Amino acid sequence: MNADGAAWEQRSVARVVSPVQPRKLAKVPFVELADGRLQGVVSSGSDIARVYVSSITAGTHAFNCSTNNNRPCGGLYGSPCKHLQALAGEAVLQYGLDQVARYLHVEVGDGADLMSCLNGRHEPTPGAMVFSRFLRHLSYLELPGTTGPIAEMHWFPATGAIR
Amino acid sequence: MLGVQLAELLDGVPPGVGEALDLVTGFDDALVHGFARLSEERATALTSLAGALSATPLGGRVGEAAGKLAAGSVAEEHLTALAGGRAALFGAVHDALLARLDAVLGRVRVSWEEPPATPAPAADNLLSGCRSWLGELAITGWRGVDHDLVSASSQTIEALLPEPGLRRLAVLLDGLAAELRASCPVATVERLPARRWADLWTRALLLSQAGGLPGASESAGVVSGRLLILGVDVHEHGTAVQMQVHGILEPADGTPSRLVRTSVAAAKVDTIVGPALWRLLDGYPALLGALAGHRGLDVTDLPLLGSGDLVWHDDRARVGEPVDPFATARLQLAGALAAAVPPLDRHPVRIAEPVLVEGYRATADGTLDLGGGTLTVDVDRLPACGPLTPKLVASSSACIGLVRWDGGRWLLQPLAVQTTVKRQTVEVHTGDWALGPTDPKVVKAEARAGDAVAVLRERAGRLLRR
Ligand SMILES: [Zn+2]
Repeated sequence: MNADGAAWEQRSVARVVSPVQPRKLAKVPFVELADGRLQGVVSSGSDIARVYVSSITAGTHAFNCSTNNNRPCGGLYGSPCKHLQALAGEAVLQYGLDQVARYLHVEVGDGADLMSCLNGRHEPTPGAMVFSRFLRHLSYLELPGTTGPIAEMHWFPATGAIR
Repeated sequence: MLGVQLAELLDGVPPGVGEALDLVTGFDDALVHGFARLSEERATALTSLAGALSATPLGGRVGEAAGKLAAGSVAEEHLTALAGGRAALFGAVHDALLARLDAVLGRVRVSWEEPPATPAPAADNLLSGCRSWLGELAITGWRGVDHDLVSASSQTIEALLPEPGLRRLAVLLDGLAAELRASCPVATVERLPARRWADLWTRALLLSQAGGLPGASESAGVVSGRLLILGVDVHEHGTAVQMQVHGILEPADGTPSRLVRTSVAAAKVDTIVGPALWRLLDGYPALLGALAGHRGLDVTDLPLLGSGDLVWHDDRARVGEPVDPFATARLQLAGALAAAVPPLDRHPVRIAEPVLVEGYRATADGTLDLGGGTLTVDVDRLPACGPLTPKLVASSSACIGLVRWDGGRWLLQPLAVQTTVKRQTVEVHTGDWALGPTDPKVVKAEARAGDAVAVLRERAGRLLRR
């Protein structure tokens, strides 16, 4: 065990980023813990061309939700809308409750719901940045495939077959 | 691989390997703390690394670089020279290890021939952007990395990604940046993957030199023949996946069979994981069909690089007769000619030699006892996109795997096993789900989750082009 522990720092292949857990993407295609916020994009249930940009700030738990055209979400009446609820739910699926709670600096008791433990208020924050990060995220799927060998990928083995 | 062969493989470390790795460890420690403020001890470590290379063509430049850094001046050319020195040490370690493995397996390897120079992708501005970010990292040291420094790479990486000729560098930098981002602020992280990050940094700095990336493969010779698949090695990080197929090529011209690899890769996002990965590669139906169906492939005029990599063109391949990979391994693996390793790729991490192992006693803790010695199974390398699990390996009687080396020891990465289920011998391969999962439980779970690739492609189609 000790020999293994000492060797970890001297391994070329070591897991640093845990793979995210699979989840349904239809409603909330994008979630991230970045820029000091839990933020993401929620697809509108009624208009396929519209998305909502929702965010919760770490520490203060200030929240916001607006359309990708920066119009305020109609569901925000001083308390989080259904988009924010969906965002939080999917973030917990993707990263696990512990990681999300740690990032937001919130104590979530056993069996408690993340959103009910937050007591921030609505604070408008520009959503354009998050939306453009989402577009960049999507742009990966538009890149052409390649068939030349990428020797560098030997440092990045696929993992996770534990069923 | 037989017990006696394994005993020979495990019998001590080739001479010089330990000493070379100690020098690398000194360099890696200096990179943890940054080259801006080298302590005397760390400056000595760089001087020692330079000393070990003094008799080589790199000696002068690495020696000068170590001296300048010790004196407190950091210039890009000096970082490059040191990266070259570190890579050369690993090159020597790689060569010693692979020579030992080849000797043990009786594997004959052709020697490297430098291909005619081809124009490398012209991207001076992009490459210098990469070098200056890598320079910042080295000056700061891993311990000083924060969100701002990581984010400084974003624009460069975004610009590299669409260029197929620069994809290797883009994929490497994107992987490194994601690990740094996940570790920010690095100052507070308990233990750092010092070897790994120094590897990635070194590699990136070398690839971002003008002419550091190989040019297009058009100049490579082409081959036709039958490709018999041994198995598939899956590589993945948040934004990239590569399926590297190992196989034996029976050339149509009657020349001896060769061990080859062929790779298909796609960009992705972190939420596409598990069996969904295969859907990103639906542009290669012949290759995926052969993997899923355990079939051979008849290929025509595929470029074959000196590294033994067939450059895949799905439209030049036809799915052929069923061929059992275990039969291929038993009949052909011992006699197939192995390819040379390109100089820049000589790092132990690239050692991935296919072997057939059987007649062992598998234990639940992940080792295979071959009589002559015990081989550790790298169960972490079993990918979630296929059906092969640690449990199946632990109950197996035969295994096709890749021999690897990391952290000072030899490992076996399984690609396929033979095992007994309900008194029937069955085979399980990492590529069995290339056309979709076959396990009803997994099919159901996938159906419940929906098609992640289709959802995101739809969103991209609707939102990106407005
Ligand atoms: Zn809303």
